[in-house]
Amino acid sequence: MAKEALMPYEQAIEQFEVVIGLEVHVELNTKSKMFCGCANIFGNEPNTNVCPICIGLPGSLPAVNKKAVESSIAIGLALGCQIAPTGRFSRKNYFYPDLAKNFQTSQYDEPIAFEGKINIELEDGVVFEVLIERAHMEEDAGKLTHIGGATGRIQGAEYSLVDYNRAGVPLVEIVTKPVYGAGARAPELAAAYVHAIREIVKSMNVSDARMERGNVRCDANVSLRPHGQAKLGTRTETKNVNSLRSVENAVRYEIQRQAHILANGGTITQETRHWHEDRGYTSAGRPKSDADDYRYFPEPDLVPVQPSLAWIEEIRATLPENPGLRRKRLMEAWGFAELEFRDVVNSDLLDQVEATVAAGAAPQAARKWWTGELARLANSQEVAVQDLSITPAQVAKIQQLIDSGELTDRMARDVVAGVLAGEGDPEAVIEKRGLKVVSDDGALIAAIDEALAKQPDVLEKIREGKVQAAGAVIGAVMQAMRGQVDAARVRELILERAK
Amino acid sequence: MSDLIHKSASELADLIASKSVSSQEVTSAFFDRSVELNPKTNSYLYLNRDTAIAAAKAADAALANGEKLSPLHGVPIAVKDNLTTTDAPTTSGSKILEGWVPQYDATVVARLRKAGLPILGKTNMDEFAMGSSTEYSAYGPSKNPWDLTRIPGGSGGGSSSAVSGHLAPIAIGSDTGGSIRFPAAVTGSVGAKPTYGAVSRYGLIALASSLDQIGPVSNTVLDSALLQDVISGHDKHDSTSLPQSLGSMADAVRSADVKGLRVGVVKQLDSDAFQPGVKACFDDTIAKLVAAGAEVVTVDCPSFEYAIAAYYLILPAEASSNLAKFDSVRFGLRVTPDGNPTIERVMAATREAGFGPEVKRRIILGTYALSSGYYDAYYGSAQKVRTLIQQDLAKAFSQVDVLLTPTAPTTAFKIGEKVNNPLAMYLNDIATIPANLAGIPGMSVPNGLAFEDGLPSGVQILAPAMQDAQMYRVGSIIEQMYLAEWGAPLIAQAPKLEVL
Ligand SMILES: [Zn+2]
Repeated sequence: MAKEALMPYEQAIEQFEVVIGLEVHVELNTKSKMFCGCANIFGNEPNTNVCPICIGLPGSLPAVNKKAVESSIAIGLALGCQIAPTGRFSRKNYFYPDLAKNFQTSQYDEPIAFEGKINIELEDGVVFEVLIERAHMEEDAGKLTHIGGATGRIQGAEYSLVDYNRAGVPLVEIVTKPVYGAGARAPELAAAYVHAIREIVKSMNVSDARMERGNVRCDANVSLRPHGQAKLGTRTETKNVNSLRSVENAVRYEIQRQAHILANGGTITQETRHWHEDRGYTSAGRPKSDADDYRYFPEPDLVPVQPSLAWIEEIRATLPENPGLRRKRLMEAWGFAELEFRDVVNSDLLDQVEATVAAGAAPQAARKWWTGELARLANSQEVAVQDLSITPAQVAKIQQLIDSGELTDRMARDVVAGVLAGEGDPEAVIEKRGLKVVSDDGALIAAIDEALAKQPDVLEKIREGKVQAAGAVIGAVMQAMRGQVDAARVRELILERAK
Repeated sequence: MSDLIHKSASELADLIASKSVSSQEVTSAFFDRSVELNPKTNSYLYLNRDTAIAAAKAADAALANGEKLSPLHGVPIAVKDNLTTTDAPTTSGSKILEGWVPQYDATVVARLRKAGLPILGKTNMDEFAMGSSTEYSAYGPSKNPWDLTRIPGGSGGGSSSAVSGHLAPIAIGSDTGGSIRFPAAVTGSVGAKPTYGAVSRYGLIALASSLDQIGPVSNTVLDSALLQDVISGHDKHDSTSLPQSLGSMADAVRSADVKGLRVGVVKQLDSDAFQPGVKACFDDTIAKLVAAGAEVVTVDCPSFEYAIAAYYLILPAEASSNLAKFDSVRFGLRVTPDGNPTIERVMAATREAGFGPEVKRRIILGTYALSSGYYDAYYGSAQKVRTLIQQDLAKAFSQVDVLLTPTAPTTAFKIGEKVNNPLAMYLNDIATIPANLAGIPGMSVPNGLAFEDGLPSGVQILAPAMQDAQMYRVGSIIEQMYLAEWGAPLIAQAPKLEVL
């Protein structure tokens, strides 16, 4: 299978209106699975987090994980949805070896959340409103590994292994209504939407939201219609789009592919398509047809989920600030330049900087620590900067000691190293390493006088307005005092002498 | 102590509690008899002396320490083979599960163990409980101790055969449309289907989840009551299990009083469709109740006429989905066909070889009934009938305390008589199915021998949901009326198995 013929993108947009629809699956990070007590952990030995329920042994019954319901309600509320007072589960019946019971327990006609909306801001500040149709709970399937095939695909494989650790992991599927009017920006909007969902569930800590682990997965629906036509075109659903870049590229590819077919008098087949990240194209999967009869019926083994109004309000009260709004607020409060702020956001350091500022540091100082020295240290230690063993409060304390002149910048870096080395709080490190700024001006003045004596013309130059001449003396004093002085104070004292 | 095997469970419990006899002696007596007679009755699919005797010894040791774990402490029991047991294979009467030993105990099994009841073995049943005779068991039919050429009812014919043949004093059954009550009726024993949710279904291999309920099988009403008390109660593993307790059934039996009792006879189940001898026994029961001072009225439940039709849509629909997990991937039979063994072909070959004809019939029916385009007409309509039945029953119970019907349309029929006529087989459950569709409790109590064939007949008592105690009260009243006439339980009139 290779790439199909495509219409140039600008031409496609000129000829057709693009309509997209997005289905995002969010894996919740609850301690246990959706319907059993097994641990919900990524990356364990295959088939170690399993029990009679999640491998569907005869006689076993599901029981709903209350925490998963809570997380689902929280997601619904964060997306501005209404929460259903009662919602039953259904069975979606189909045979597949990764599906232990050969049916998936899922909310079908009674989703827990429905009718929401979310504003998506593109990079240049243009905002699109995306309407949410529903968010419903379901369980994940196991994971198949195909052995012996050339590409790890089922075709040509000799046999397949099934890992049921993921079977029964709680999922929330968020489905948008058709999104109109994005035009040429549809691919960008699709990626921004997935990014926003990821950010929201991460900020609420209901999902680890790591796309590379499949915590957030996107199916992208794309259809085209001639401008002005009321009837929607036939859509395709592209699966397996599991990075933001892929979402954007897959939507763009489908627009060009469908435009070429339609412009040449062809028709679009309603089907699922697979996105091939490596070569950047989609290929046809199963056609959607009568074969897709999932024989849904209400799950008789579960009573409907009926969240009380009080519980819903309790959950609403604990919702964190919307990440987009939070960014706006912090950018204004901190007064960073746009590049500075984006640096913090892209390094995922908003939390750290905010906490450091809250602990008393100036925003710029906090930013510099985290995106500068600490990021450098993390990089050299090959850990994430968020995982360094230093707290925002400790960073703020060190900065405070700099501000008050008790530490020089160089000493402060030493203190940081000590904290990271596990020597304790900044005060303990200072004590242990003997890092005290010499604050006895007597010794300092003596050192300055000694240095001035060696460079007698300096004071004259300063008096003439060449203040930068102080630099040479400052360097000499610092050297004499082994760095344990506050350079600013040295400069101050030199300038005083020049008066 | 060979006489032990004719005693009721409550009598045995008293003997054990007073240390007149040990649980080990009682368990051995039933075990030895079962080993000897099971080849005749095929009541058990599996007998496990080691674990039964070990459990009996543990029960005796506990008692020696002054610990009585339950009112049935030390009394051995038989368990239907669709409940999971870690120490015995669990087949649900199917080849597809032959030799499968579950990794976990059903909640009911765990409760039996905790209550100090040694488990003698696993009893035969129609495959996946689909049937009324045990003829659809993959392991051959069980026999009726009253006449070994006849069926012991089904699907729980192994349990009814074991209890009425004294191969076990009590047993556990499951009832989806009458699988406890019909076998009880045709073997002259007692069987109760509690209110839906009264007993946890966790570990019961599901037939139709919204209809299945586990219940007791015994020779006396008190024994069933004692057993229901042991196995019922909320279970966090079964979210459809009732959160509240329904009280003590044994207390209801012991304090039963006919005074003020209002009994309803369902117009739609008082017809010529019943065998004359069965009908005569039923009329006799009603006459006795009237004589004892009960008020009897006829109630109208027009929707009962659609019960069987609705049942045979809902049951196959749910069963077709419940049985999908039998696919050879994780447990049970695996058949690998010749040629390219793709997963689809392995699944198909396994299900083709592992499922019997009745199971396949119902999977096909259910798959069809749930198919898109047919769902509303079939499954949807059946659910509406269910609501109508509940409404009819609510109306009836506003006038009376309980409803009485003959449990079964006939006495035990001959093995082979109906096996090739599924529709005739389905009609056996005409009186029992409404209780499952409505979720209400129902029990069968012996009410004599039919005059034509001298075989046992049963009367069914239906009570409102959650009012299982009311059902047991009336069961006890009827039992006492007949005890006064017969001088002993009906089962005492059964022929001796040893000489059959
Ligand atoms: Zn599990």
